[in-house]
Formats: sequence, structure tokens, C-alpha cells
Amino acid sequence: MWYFNSPQIVFGDDALSHLEAVSGRLAFIVTDALLAGSAMFRQVKARLDAAGLPIHVFAEVEPEPDLEVVRRCAAAMTAAQPDWIIGLGGGSVMDAAKAAWVLYERPDVDPAGISPMETFGLRAKARLITIPTTSGTGSEATWAAVLTDAQEKRKLSVATRELLADVAIVDPALVANLPPGLTVLTGLDALTHAIEAFGSAWANDFADGPCLKAAQLAFTYLPRIAADSADAEAREKMHNAATLAGIALSNSQVTLAHSLGHAVGALFSLPHGRTVSVALPATLDYNAHAGVGRYLDLARFIGLEVADEAAAGPALADAFRALLRRLGQPLSYAECGLAPADFQAQLEALCERCDLDTNLVASRRIPDRAETRRLFQYIYEGKRVDF
Amino acid sequence: MPIVFPSDEWIKALMDQLNRSAEYREAAQAWEGDFAFVVQAGAGLPEAAQLYMDLWHGECRGAFLVREPLPKPPEFLIEAGLPSWRKVIEGRLDPIQGLVTRQLKLTGPMVKVMRAPKAATALVKCCTLIETQWPDGA
Repeated sequence: MWYFNSPQIVFGDDALSHLEAVSGRLAFIVTDALLAGSAMFRQVKARLDAAGLPIHVFAEVEPEPDLEVVRRCAAAMTAAQPDWIIGLGGGSVMDAAKAAWVLYERPDVDPAGISPMETFGLRAKARLITIPTTSGTGSEATWAAVLTDAQEKRKLSVATRELLADVAIVDPALVANLPPGLTVLTGLDALTHAIEAFGSAWANDFADGPCLKAAQLAFTYLPRIAADSADAEAREKMHNAATLAGIALSNSQVTLAHSLGHAVGALFSLPHGRTVSVALPATLDYNAHAGVGRYLDLARFIGLEVADEAAAGPALADAFRALLRRLGQPLSYAECGLAPADFQAQLEALCERCDLDTNLVASRRIPDRAETRRLFQYIYEGKRVDF
Repeated sequence: MPIVFPSDEWIKALMDQLNRSAEYREAAQAWEGDFAFVVQAGAGLPEAAQLYMDLWHGECRGAFLVREPLPKPPEFLIEAGLPSWRKVIEGRLDPIQGLVTRQLKLTGPMVKVMRAPKAATALVKCCTLIETQWPDGA
């Protein structure tokens, strides 16, 4: 038994106009300081004005939000008493909006204890709209929020199916001017979601479709954006790909590359899209080497000529490496600028964090400590995994 | 010789498997916490049964069929019907997936369990090594 969940997705040209049809008492917009002063924010506000919906704005979310900012946001919600929460921004903003929403609805709940095993009765006070302004995390379509535990230098994942947004508005106009560098990094995150969700031990027929399409779109359109950041069609397709990949990961699961990448991201200041995309090809080879890969259909769907499953993992890994090269991205943690001594000094800490990462749950091959250490070393050097 | 599930003999056989498993010992190095596995009454099992395991840093320090109330409640209690336990023990249902879909009901800190996927996988592998006899109707 398994489930498939997705918000209502409003997408395409002028999708934002959906806001004009929203009725309610008060919309509470969660965003960041930069966006709050942007034309994007003004567009959202204009739509809500047209709907006759007053707004309250919390614009204090910073990248990698921690519990403190989430609690402040929840306190502001409690004071304002909205019946709509709108997360307008990238993954950090949407995750903060989701987590604050839980605390607004259920102030008695400890965020660390939120899990899919319990019913929290969300939506007694408000419903959630997510509006992504980057094309990567897929948070607009997932039922999890990732927060940072600053003290323990660890990610805290808050997950319950109730966290899924009621509506996700995927409007390409909101990413038209996203800087190319950020577009590439977030796009690689989305592509990693799609590939890992497809190869997950929890893969299923319903999530396979979004995985395949997201991967195909990302392989096709990410290089086009990198070559011409004004390519509107490519922007729109990548925006759709990111949400599809979010649906995919939400209904399957990301796996080992995310566990490795999260560990590196927690100990070194590297963007998430980079830490996971550098790790991904190694994990494809690692799974294929043990004969537990599940990449054949995906490899063929993106146009790779592969005879069988044994060839699919390495071929997909090569295609991904070629994409990284084409996009001017590093292929190893050494190329990311991590000094050898720093990396070696943190190697055991990296392994410990990887071992405790919840994304290992759905990995088809779970490395033991010695293998985890080797994986990190191989990825650091950019060496092809041969074990 | 197959061992009946659930029984004292079965849970002791699992303890033996765990303590002989290098994979489990390494995977559960950081684990501290005892479990009670409740098998709900149903077809093939007229009365509910409870199996207890004391798991500590990669070692199983004790395991038994609970016949009298435990002196203190275990940190984790997982409850399910016989068909769901059978799927887990035969490796057909990922225990974490079972928890997420509420086919297995957990009382205790889920976050701690989610952070021990390797230990859970190794434990299930040990379960699959026991030649198990299922009650009629399971």
C-alpha cells in the first residue's frame, strides 16, 4: 500500500491570476526581504487586492531557515489570524511557511516530532498556497519542510502528508529573471530529485511518470537556459520540471546522493544543488555495480541507447557528468573548492551525518561505514566508483 | 526446523541472529532503545502477543515473549496485525514504509527511528534468516 499526493497545480502563462479567485479573510504572505521589495511581490499583492483579500507580510526568512525564524513567523501568524498562508519564494521560504503553518495550527506540537504517523488536524485555521520563485527544490509540491538545527549543524526534516499545499502556482514569469548561475544550481537539484526518485526503493507507477518527464525536461532545457538566459520556453519548461520533480520525490523518495550531499552541505558552505549533483553520478555507479539500479526506462526516455539495466546506470551517470561539464559545474568536491586537509579532517563527521540521514531509508543499496568513507573519497577526487 | 511466530523461541532466535550479525552490529552502533513488537489478535492468533527486545549499541541484550507487564514501558512500541508482521519479516514490506503508511503503528520518537535506516534494514535481514512457521490463516 502506498499513496500519491499532489497539490492542485496552477501552471503556465499568467498562472498567478488564480489568486484573484481566492476568497477569504486574510492572506499571510511568507517571503524574504529581497522578494518583499520586488516586482514579483507587487504582482502577487495586486492579484490579492483584486480578490479583495487583505494581506499581512512576514519577510524575514533567510536561506536555510532555522526553528527560531519559524517560531517568529508562527507568532506573527497567530497575531494576524489568517485563513490563507502564502509561501512566496524559493525552497527556504516555502519550507519556513509550511513549518510556521504547523505551529500556527498546532502550537502544542514540537516540530521535531512531526511525522507521517500522526494526524495533526491542519487546515482548521488556514490553507496553504505555494508560489515558487526558483525552479529547483520542488517544495511547492512536497509534504516535507527542511529546517536547520543550527546548534547540531544538522538538517531537521518535518514531514506529514497534511503539509502538502492546497494550491501550487507555477508561473514562469516569476523565474524569467532568475540569475543563470542560480537557475543551473536549482535545476540540477530538480534533476537529481527526478533521477533519485525514479531509482528509489520506494519507486512506484504513479511517481514514475513525473520522474521521467522532469528528467527529460531538465536534460533538454537546462543547457538551453545556460546558453541563453532569456529563452522563455526553456525557463517555463524548467519551472515545470522542478515541480514535477517535487511531486516525484514527494511520492517516491530521494536517496543516497541526498544523504551524501546533506552531510557535505551541513559541514561545508556549499549550495545544496551542488552537493547533491556532484554526488549523484557516483551513487548511480554504486547501485549499478551491485546490480540494484533501476535506471533503464529513464535512460531510454532521455534518449540514451542502452541495452539493459546493467548498462543503464553507468550510461546515465556519464550523461549526467556530461551535463555538469556542459553547464560548467564541478564534478568532484575537490573541484568545489574543498581543501584536501579540511575534507580529510571532516571525513568521519561526514560519514556520521550520512548514516543518520533519513533519505537513506529508500536507497536500494545502503553503504556500510567503510563504503560510505570510500564513496566520499571517490566523490572528492571525482573518481569513478568501482565497488 | 521452523519456529512459530510469535513466540519466545522466535524472538530469542532473532536475538541470536542479531548478535551474530556484523552488519547489524555496525549499523546499530549508535542505537539505544528497547522495543516491544505487538502482534494484534486476528486470524490465526486468537490473543495479541507482545515480543520485547532490548537493543543497545549494536547488541541485543535481551529478548522475550512478554507474559507479565513490563516493569517500565519500552521506548518504542510497534503494533500491527499478523499479516503486516509477516510482510515485514519476509522482507516484503519495508518497515519504515510500513510506519509511514500506518500499516505498522509506532508509539515513540519516530525521528529516532527514521535516523536509523541502516539498523532497520540489517534487523529485517536477520528476521528473514529465521525459518518461520506462521499460524494458520496468517
